[in-house]
Amino acid sequence: MLKAYYYLLMRDLRLAFRNRHELANPLIFFVLVVTLFPLAVTPTTEALRAMAPGVIWVSALLAVLLSLDRLFKEDFDDGSLDQLMLSPNPLVILVLAKVTAHWFLTGLPLVIIAPLLGMFMALPDEAGAVLIYSLLLGTPVLSLIGAIGVSLTVAVNRGGVLLSLIVLPLYIPILIFGANAVDVAMDGLPVRGQLLFLAAVLVLALSLAPLATAVALRITASR
Amino acid sequence: MLEIQSLECVRDDRLLFSELSFSLGEAEVLQIEGPNGSGKTSLLRILCGLRLPEAGRVLWQGESIRSNREDFYASMVYIGHLPCIKADLTVLENVRALLDTRSLTVTGEATEAALAKVGLASYEDVPGKALSSGQRRRILLAFVELAGARLWVLDEPLTALDVQGVALMESMILEHRAAGGSVVFTTHHGMQLDCEMRSVRLGRIARSAGQGENQC
Repeated sequence: MLKAYYYLLMRDLRLAFRNRHELANPLIFFVLVVTLFPLAVTPTTEALRAMAPGVIWVSALLAVLLSLDRLFKEDFDDGSLDQLMLSPNPLVILVLAKVTAHWFLTGLPLVIIAPLLGMFMALPDEAGAVLIYSLLLGTPVLSLIGAIGVSLTVAVNRGGVLLSLIVLPLYIPILIFGANAVDVAMDGLPVRGQLLFLAAVLVLALSLAPLATAVALRITASR
Repeated sequence: MLEIQSLECVRDDRLLFSELSFSLGEAEVLQIEGPNGSGKTSLLRILCGLRLPEAGRVLWQGESIRSNREDFYASMVYIGHLPCIKADLTVLENVRALLDTRSLTVTGEATEAALAKVGLASYEDVPGKALSSGQRRRILLAFVELAGARLWVLDEPLTALDVQGVALMESMILEHRAAGGSVVFTTHHGMQLDCEMRSVRLGRIARSAGQGENQC
């Protein structure tokens, strides 16, 4: 069972690295949006600081949203998804492997590049650290919840709008608490509460989202 | 082994078949026949649990396939219309990836032997995108060969295969049957199987008819 998880994860990572330009897409989107904001709005340190948490978090969220489609699309189109569903291993484990790969390929690069963007936006160091923590806890949740939405819409042609409608309302609490944690850190206040909330949501999503995704995939396959 | 009890399938408000029952024992080969759109693919997808029937059930060793999924899937292999082949993975990696989802550890020699058998002996390191559609189908044949399943569910396995490919598929089915395995398949190409073979014929049913002309 763990072997199946590991092999599927490795397969997805290998596929992504053979197709690098697609790998860079969410990252480039993230960096572009964040760097464009100071150009469009006043680039004074105070203004940048004030909007930094929101801008960085919104860009990260949209970058993940745009990359969700690739989570199951290819497997659905070439029939591999059927083979995953016919595996003697629990579908939940395989779903978890796919979501893990998705996070490694989108969420993790965002977390890594975020401190640099924090510097662009003149974030103080303490707030920069909190930004990393909040993204580290929040982006896996985005992938996990996104997987439910994708599994419901993968069979729909141009299901992008539908996907956003399903997923965005569930993303909003993460966005609020994530951005708020960074905001509060800038004022030198404790951020434990916000980070604990994000951690709790992560545990909840980790335990329930793969189940929901597996069920949704079976429904999609029975088209 | 496999038992189908009064299945009914509706697609887009059209009744494809109803009250369809048959069973499949060990070392049996069963062909699903019928014109385009008669529900052959739907039936095969129901057989392997990918699709839910409107009514009826499918039993494996006397138990519903939905309640003992793990057992059933460990002893069944399905290939459908879609190639399941990743363009960016090599032939060898593609076979491995398919086997890995089934948690099968197959030795390198066995994999090579299977690839040689399906005529892909020197193609191990060729990426999927460089293969013809017939060669992609052959990867699936190697997968079926290596999957070690007792029941093969093959949906149009001869698609895109050349004359040698068809002969290969026929000999694989015969070998599998000789080893006690069973096969359910559909095809529009002639398959000359030198063995006892049963067939289920799906026919078009009038829209209002409750009972179809399903024969067994």
